[in-house]
Amino acid sequence: MENRKLRDLIGSKLMLVITIFIAFLFFLILFTLITGSIYIVGDQSITELLFSSTWKPRSGEFGLLGVIIGTIIVTGISMIISVPISLLTAVYIVEYAPKKVRQIIRPFIDVLAGVPSVVYGLCAFIVFVPLVRDVIAPFFGELNSSGFSIFTASLILSIMVFPIIISLCVESFNAIPIELKEASLSVGATKWETVKKVIFRASGPGIISAFLLGFGRAFGETIAVSMVIGNQEKIPSSLFGQGQTLASIIAQNYIDVMSLPRLESALIFVGLILFIVVLIFNVLGYLVLRRARGKWNY
Amino acid sequence: MELLNKRILEENIFKILMIFSVLVVVGSLVLIFAVIILNGASSISIDMLTQTSSPRFYLGKGGGGMLNAIVGSLLLAFPSTAMAFLIGICIALYLQRDFLHPSISNFIRLCLDILWGVPSIIYGIFCMTIMIAIGMSTSLLFGIIALTLLEIPIITRSIDESVKMIPLSLKESAYSLGSTKFETAIKVVRRQALPGIVAGVLLGLGRGIGDAASILLTVGDSNFIPNSLYDSTAALPTMILNLLSMPDPNVQSKAYAVAFVLLIIVLIISIVSRTLTKKSTKYIIK
Repeated sequence: MENRKLRDLIGSKLMLVITIFIAFLFFLILFTLITGSIYIVGDQSITELLFSSTWKPRSGEFGLLGVIIGTIIVTGISMIISVPISLLTAVYIVEYAPKKVRQIIRPFIDVLAGVPSVVYGLCAFIVFVPLVRDVIAPFFGELNSSGFSIFTASLILSIMVFPIIISLCVESFNAIPIELKEASLSVGATKWETVKKVIFRASGPGIISAFLLGFGRAFGETIAVSMVIGNQEKIPSSLFGQGQTLASIIAQNYIDVMSLPRLESALIFVGLILFIVVLIFNVLGYLVLRRARGKWNY
Repeated sequence: MELLNKRILEENIFKILMIFSVLVVVGSLVLIFAVIILNGASSISIDMLTQTSSPRFYLGKGGGGMLNAIVGSLLLAFPSTAMAFLIGICIALYLQRDFLHPSISNFIRLCLDILWGVPSIIYGIFCMTIMIAIGMSTSLLFGIIALTLLEIPIITRSIDESVKMIPLSLKESAYSLGSTKFETAIKVVRRQALPGIVAGVLLGLGRGIGDAASILLTVGDSNFIPNSLYDSTAALPTMILNLLSMPDPNVQSKAYAVAFVLLIIVLIISIVSRTLTKKSTKYIIK
């Protein structure tokens, strides 16, 4: 008897310790990133780091402006492409698709979510780079694009974000009480009108949080982007010019870290920016969803 | 009548747009598979699967393969998944109402969700910072640590989701028979959450084996199968990057073969996950 109680006590406390560890891990990462970047922030002011556009690790200049602009453009374009497509696909899956089609599409999307990012990147390298170089860039009057460009990275990122937005939207559409739809349909609204006026409104917060999480994914994607973006740290000259993003600059420069301690600190600083931005977007998504849960009870 | 026609027209336009979107999504998946399988199958050979790589392999002078990367990837993914599973199941069981107040467990869930959304390069740079701080060099050990951290939120949250679904009456009957909280968690809840556990572990394994950004900074590279935890090692995703950075197109095409192998492994994991989840659902008391 005592033995069992003792085991219960030890087991529970062990689980408690591990649970505390995970909350602690979150702060540990933040703390490590902050202490790691103190060196470079003390050396160069934050304004210089954020608003200068010269990135020359060997001569000790770490301006991130070009990279930040590149990140915003790449993430923005990929969201513009993937948001409407994902949203319409989710509506189709929930409201329109026959059961059989639905059963085929869902596993497809799950598989798409599981494909490693390096495979996406390789695919972009094989297909999108020549496509942008030979077809899309000349079409927009840009004749000497190498194909390794901001636009190429945006294309592959938008595909990578599809599964996240679609599955989150499907989840929140399914959570809407069926009476709402029935009420709208029974007063003569067409299916699309019901979708537009009832479903979008009722699951609005769910959709927004799906967008925010998709944004976070696109923002932090590293490998696929670094394989096709061309890796130039200057302010991008055009959509079909080469660029760099905050995540891919780490993957491109880590190799010199051992010989240049200031570079290590600068890259940790970049990591800190990434961490904080992703943190903000996740918390926003959570708050939006929580409000929705309170309103619709799902 | 005219108004009705307009409404039906709108309905049809959006229907067409939706079908177009579905085709784009499904088409992009088909495109990815077709490109990797077609390019990979033509450049793969038995030698590539049974030999370790060498400098000559990277220079395109024949010989060599990716055995060290396959073994390296498995050595990274399996131990890290096992560790993440052990940690994850403890947390998921502890997040139940029986142990923790819901407001605290919801805060921990939020932490886990944020950690899930953190780009994997952050885990890489976090582990690299620690590695440099304690004066060690790139090794299998730090790759395993980085992947464990990456997989913990994934595995924990999916176990947690299925633990949440367990009917209260089931736990109550265990308690009424005199079992302690810990015994109920380990014996009743764990068995009932089995499908979630299986799905979560395999999801984590799939992420772990395919992730490049976290191990890029922590495991280094090597042409041999690692002998100890402190050796650098190659892995499939990093090998793809290394091969692709070579100027010779013939060497680059070997990256397609490596990606082919990686994609097959990920697909197998996903199929196994589906069948096992279905199988383990049988033993659940509804």
